[in-house]
Amino acid sequence: MPTRVNGPGSDGAVLAVREVVFSFESGRVLNGVSMEVSPGDFMVLLGPNGSGKSTLVKVALGLLEPASGSATLFGLSARNPRAREPVGYVPQRAAISSRVPATVSEVVLTGRAHGSPFGVFGRADRAATTSALERVGLAHLASRRIGELSGGEQQRVLIARALVSDPRLLVLDEPTAGVDKASQERFAETLRDLNASGVTILMVAHDVGAVGPHLTRVVALHQGHLDEISLAEVREQIGLFVEDHPGGHR
Amino acid sequence: MSVVAGAAVGAAAPSIGTFVVQKRLSLIGDGIGHVAFAGVAFALWLDVSPLAAALTFAILGAVGIDAMRRRSPEEADMGLALFFYGSIALGAVVAQLGGSFNAGLLGILFGQVLTITRGELITILILAVFILGVVAGTYRGLVAVAIDEEAAVVRGLPVGALNAGLMLLTALTIGVGMRVVGILLIAAMMVLPVGVARNVVRSFKATLVTASVVGAGCAVAGIALSYAVDSAPSGTIVIVTVAAFLVSDAYRLARRSLARGRAAG
Repeated sequence: MPTRVNGPGSDGAVLAVREVVFSFESGRVLNGVSMEVSPGDFMVLLGPNGSGKSTLVKVALGLLEPASGSATLFGLSARNPRAREPVGYVPQRAAISSRVPATVSEVVLTGRAHGSPFGVFGRADRAATTSALERVGLAHLASRRIGELSGGEQQRVLIARALVSDPRLLVLDEPTAGVDKASQERFAETLRDLNASGVTILMVAHDVGAVGPHLTRVVALHQGHLDEISLAEVREQIGLFVEDHPGGHR
Repeated sequence: MSVVAGAAVGAAAPSIGTFVVQKRLSLIGDGIGHVAFAGVAFALWLDVSPLAAALTFAILGAVGIDAMRRRSPEEADMGLALFFYGSIALGAVVAQLGGSFNAGLLGILFGQVLTITRGELITILILAVFILGVVAGTYRGLVAVAIDEEAAVVRGLPVGALNAGLMLLTALTIGVGMRVVGILLIAAMMVLPVGVARNVVRSFKATLVTASVVGAGCAVAGIALSYAVDSAPSGTIVIVTVAAFLVSDAYRLARRSLARGRAAG
């Protein structure tokens, strides 16, 4: 269990990037972008391929250093590894070969390795793993090899890995790319329940998809700039009429 | 003594190989082994300890290869080739200069397990126990990095240090295996038992343990067979391990075929 030393930043944001500029050799990707995620948010970051969504998330998580601007997590610089302790991260899903010699429970167990690399996994780690797999409905697949699961199931395993240390902020980078519709809906229900239990969520996606009804905020990145999109507009576009999310605002 | 040395190397090498294979760096042992060869050539020329020289060069090679991987992962393949061929060429030139193209050099390239001394055995045992101990002591971090490096970075694990440590352990393994299977074949003992284990068990931990047991078993069986048929021990050890891999792969294919048959019918 990570040490819970970090509260929200002094401005109340759990994640904040301010005036971030970032360039690759091929050109500038982020042009003075600012973004905040508040406690309880279920926010989606939209944008077309190559718009810089994943880059923005990596800057926000301290994995990339911007040319200028700042990124903080729970009030600490995102470059400080301690700032990331309350963060669960689900990376873009890569096809996992059935030859990867790791079981579902082992993949989830690695989510318990924080900060120090020393030691082996103990009883508390295994109990937390079982609990995380139950939360995503995959406890019955614990001893299967990860590569033998469907794309949707693998994605839920990676969410369980992000949840196994009880994060307060869950960051997901295009988690449903290539996942079938039924799995996307199941996945959306899992995220809704997590958000309802108090986990703040930032998800990167091409479109709002199945999580649309559960969102509290939508932002879009386009040509290096970030725009907030009203929930009413999103709901109108996806043909939904839903009640305001309990934790929603704006 | 040769059997004990073979078992120690057979157990230690795959424990590193399990992580190396998972990171798709199966040829790293070969690359570092070739750097160690250059060290041995210098040692024979200067009349100093070949093991110490091999370890020194292997560690320097491991640090260099790791630095290259970090600076430009896309260029890592070319970097490995640079170390691989540059070192073997340097070793050949130095060996010629030192007049050491002889049986002693061949013994280092292909191992001389039957002539191992008590002192060498103790060194091998100490290094093998150290390697296995470090793997056990940092298992939590090593397995997290092996399965998903990016997620491990987010969780604040010292991924750079763990990768560098793995390279150093690979270099130590080359040194440990030099007298048993030789610099040119030690990489096979790091990788092939892992292939056997992956074919028969499901989990990462079981792969690690099974690979070490298979490695030790193949080393002992290879030495016994070489004694029985009077063949070169190092080559025989690796041939036995290749045979074990082929059998395990046949088992995997048969099991998959049976599972498909059950699913279809």
